[in-house]
Amino acid sequence: MRALERLLVDKGLVDPAALDAVIETYEHRVGPRNGAQVVARAWTEPQYRQWLMQDATAAIASLGYTGRQGEHMIAVENTPQVHNMVVCTLCSCYPWSVLGLPPMWYKSAPYRSRAVSDPRGVLKEFGVEVDAGVEVRVWDSTAELRYLVIPERPAGTDGWSAERLAELVTRDSMIGVARLAVPA
Amino acid sequence: MNGGQDLGGVQGFGPVVPEPNEPWFHAEWERRAFAITLGCGFLGRWNLDMSRYYRENRSPADYYNSGYYELWFKALERLVVDRGLVSEEELRSGKPAGPRDPALSVPGPQRACELLALGSSARVEVEVPARFAVGARVRVKNLHPMGHTRMPRYCRGHVGTVEIDHGVYVFPDSHAMDQGKQPQHCYNVRFSAGELWGHAGPDTVRIDLWDDYLEPA
Repeated sequence: MRALERLLVDKGLVDPAALDAVIETYEHRVGPRNGAQVVARAWTEPQYRQWLMQDATAAIASLGYTGRQGEHMIAVENTPQVHNMVVCTLCSCYPWSVLGLPPMWYKSAPYRSRAVSDPRGVLKEFGVEVDAGVEVRVWDSTAELRYLVIPERPAGTDGWSAERLAELVTRDSMIGVARLAVPA
Repeated sequence: MNGGQDLGGVQGFGPVVPEPNEPWFHAEWERRAFAITLGCGFLGRWNLDMSRYYRENRSPADYYNSGYYELWFKALERLVVDRGLVSEEELRSGKPAGPRDPALSVPGPQRACELLALGSSARVEVEVPARFAVGARVRVKNLHPMGHTRMPRYCRGHVGTVEIDHGVYVFPDSHAMDQGKQPQHCYNVRFSAGELWGHAGPDTVRIDLWDDYLEPA
């Protein structure tokens, strides 16, 4: 690794300062706090929610979240009838612009193999039980569309500000493997 | 290709094991592999579909025994040589034998951040007729391409319904193999869990599939 990096730098193919900037971006600037802002806004502003559901790319870009692995966004909303979850069975496609880089489990063979064939079993491993009458809708990100799950707003949050709501929204809830609740 | 990467429905990997408070990278070499892969990607000598193909085009045993960033690194080592950034001899010795191609534009930190924020659209702004309308019943063709494809094995031969027409996109099967963009419509197709897996119940799987993968059902 070091040898290849040194060769690329010595040959002038990469700028070490640009590499540092890339790492800085994905360690400190891009992450699930971005997606949480999108979700909280959708919960509190009906017009924003409508825009998000119709044109997620533009609605998300309006908050400043654009770029690599978020070029073409689709928001999918959990409801009492539908539980959405997202996977990429073929590699590990993930909406970087709103969630950052994917966790190990999302990239792992157990998740990629079973999310499509046994989603309820996978959800149980995350502590989520979905009623038999509710549709589990699994989105396999096989193309360049990136899916963001809008989790259900937890009960007991009436009147909360978007800022306060955003604090509740977890990465896993936006992948569709967790539900949200107000901490006791 | 019917390779190790095509994991949907494969059995035997055990439970999903999340790591609490997972760091963005688990070791310094992962950070470096990530950064140099993106850094070399900026040079434009290959596309995303090609880099996916370079990661998956190996024995399934090698694929499963390699960590995520290990696959990125193995792919990058071959890409830099095959796409003419460094020679085989330079890769072996670790020493540049000459200057880089002067036609290459190497971004500095500011430009790198701009490129990350811009991303790279896979949409193609050309008029191509859609072969299927939203609501159409479609069958995924029984194809087994030797090169790169984004048509998972678990949906081949199965019937679904077009849910969304995403518009015209680069076709990864040709793009990855340096055979052009072959722009065509990409759709989100709904399959019932019963159709794919024989499960009863309301569950569905939504898969993004291109025109060339589909036929009328």
